[in-house]
Amino acid sequence: MATFFGEVLSVYSRAVEEDDDELDEIEEDEQIRRELEEKRQKFMLHLQELLIYGNLEVHLHWSPEVSESLKSGNKLQCSDFILAVGQNASSFLSVHILSTPNWDTIGRASVWNERSRAVTGQSCEESACVFYRHKDNPTVLICQVSCYVAEDQLFQWTEKVFDCLQLRELNVTVLSDTSVADYKTADYLGGSSAPFLRSLHTSAFGDQPVCQSLEQPNIVTGLAAAVLNHCQVHRIAAVVYQCYSDVIGPDSVTMETYKPVLTKLGRSIQLDPSPSTDALRKFVRTTDLQSNLYI
Amino acid sequence: MFISSQSSAPSFRDFTLVMPAVAVGNVGQLAVDLIVSTLNMSRVGHIHTDCLIPMAGNNPYASSKEDGEELHTPAEVYAAAELKLAVLQIRAPILQSKTKKFRQLLVSWIKSSGFSRTVVLSSSHAYQRDDQQLQGTPLRYLVTPSLLKGSADALKELGWREMERVPAFPGLTDGNTEPRLCIPGGGITKGLYTDSCKEDLPLAVLLLFCSEGDNIPDAFTLANHLNDWLHLLDDNSKQPNKWKIPTSWSLLFGNGIPPALF
Repeated sequence: MATFFGEVLSVYSRAVEEDDDELDEIEEDEQIRRELEEKRQKFMLHLQELLIYGNLEVHLHWSPEVSESLKSGNKLQCSDFILAVGQNASSFLSVHILSTPNWDTIGRASVWNERSRAVTGQSCEESACVFYRHKDNPTVLICQVSCYVAEDQLFQWTEKVFDCLQLRELNVTVLSDTSVADYKTADYLGGSSAPFLRSLHTSAFGDQPVCQSLEQPNIVTGLAAAVLNHCQVHRIAAVVYQCYSDVIGPDSVTMETYKPVLTKLGRSIQLDPSPSTDALRKFVRTTDLQSNLYI
Repeated sequence: MFISSQSSAPSFRDFTLVMPAVAVGNVGQLAVDLIVSTLNMSRVGHIHTDCLIPMAGNNPYASSKEDGEELHTPAEVYAAAELKLAVLQIRAPILQSKTKKFRQLLVSWIKSSGFSRTVVLSSSHAYQRDDQQLQGTPLRYLVTPSLLKGSADALKELGWREMERVPAFPGLTDGNTEPRLCIPGGGITKGLYTDSCKEDLPLAVLLLFCSEGDNIPDAFTLANHLNDWLHLLDDNSKQPNKWKIPTSWSLLFGNGIPPALF
C-alpha cells in the first residue's frame, strides 16, 4: 500500500493471514511446520520419556489408580468439575478450597508450547496444570491451570479432559482471569470498578449465576471458551465466571472478587470462607521484577 | 462436525447455504450477521471443530433481555425454513495449520447435507487489484461449473463481473504465464472454490475488493448484492437501510471516551 509520502507499507489484515492459498508455497510452509512439529515432539520425548500417543503436545498423566480405572473403560465419576484458569483463579481455589486437608492430587496435564519454560531433566516441581479429587466426596474434581495453553491446543486439552469424565449430571464451573483492557463498554470504566465478575453459561445450566451476565459485545476466549463450547455442544451444564482485573499477576483483591462463587461451591464441598492472612500471603507474592529499567 | 442444537437433526435438502469466508475486513462475516439478524433466523446447530480458535459469548442477535443470555459458539448454523435458506456463521479465525482440514470438513458437510447451492461471501485486498480491476464495480463473482448450469441466465441478467484470472508473474512474458485465479486476503475462498470445482459442488463466490477499516458499508454492499440475486428480503420496502444491525456490532472501535480527557 502506498502512503501519501510516497513510501510503500505492507498492509496486514486483522482478519486473515497472508498467502495461505498458494499451492507452490504451501510445500515450503508445510516443511517448516513439519520441522517445528518435529522439534516439539523431540522435546516432549526427551522431557517425559513416554510412550508415543497420537499427539504429544497435550498429555494427561493420571495417578496409577485412576489410570487403571480409565484403562478398564470406567470414566471418572464426576458431579462437579471446577476449573481455574489463570493465577488469581488458581490461587483463589488454593486458599479457599484446597487448603482444607481433604484433597488428593490425582493427575496433571503437561502442555508443551512456545511459552513453556525450557526445563532440563525432569519436569518442573510445580506442574502448571493439576487435577485434585475430594477424599470424602470423590465426585468433586478441581483443576488448576496456570500455564499458557496455545490456541491450537485448547480444543485438544478440553476433549482429552472431558473424555475422562463421566458426563451425566455433570456441573462445570470455570473461574477465569482476564484483563479489564479486554472489556468493552460504552461508559468509560473508571479505575475504581475493576476487578469485577461477569458470567456466561450454557443452555443446560439451570442455576442462577452469582453475577451479571456478560454484556454485548464482549466475548470469552481461551480455555474457558473451549470448555464452554464443548459443554454447550454436548449439553452439559456449565458456567464461566470471568474476572476482569487491572492487575497483571497474583493479587489478593482480584482473588477476593471470586468470593460470591463460594456460595455455590459450598453446597457440595467444605471450604474455608475466611482464610488467614498467612495463607493469602503464600499465594500472593510480589511480582517478580523482569526488568528494572523503569524504576 | 455438525451437531444439532435441537432434539432432531434438521433437514437441509434443497436449501441454499450462505456462508462467509474469514477474509480481509471480515466483510463476509458482517454480511452474514446482517442476514441472520434481519431475517430473524433461528439457530439449528453448531459446527464443532478443532480448526477454529475457541470463543464464546452471549446471543449477538439479542433483541430483548429474554433471549440475551444464550451461549453462542464460533461456528453455528441458522435456518429459515420458509425461505429454504441456511446460513453458516463463522466467528473465529481458522487455525493456520488447519485450513485444509477445515475446507474438507465444509465440503463434506455441504455434500452430505444436500444443499442445492452454496454461496460464499468473501473479500479480497483492494490494494492488490491490477489496472483493469481498479475501474468499475468492486464486486466480483465466481461460479463452479455445476452451478453455472442452472444459474447462467440469472447471472447474465444481473450483469455481474466475473473474477478475473491474473498472470502468475505480471510483467514476465515468457515461461509459464497462464493466468490463474488469485484471491489475496480471501482466506480459504480460493481453496474452497477449487475444491468445490473438483467435487462438482454447486458453489458461488461473491466477493468485494476492500481494505481493513470500517467495513460496515462494505457489509451492506455485499449483502445488498447478494439480495439482488437471491431476493432474501421483500422488495416492497425500497429504503436503503432494510437490514437490521445486530447488537453485537456496538463498540467496534473501542470503549467510551473518558470524560476527563476533555
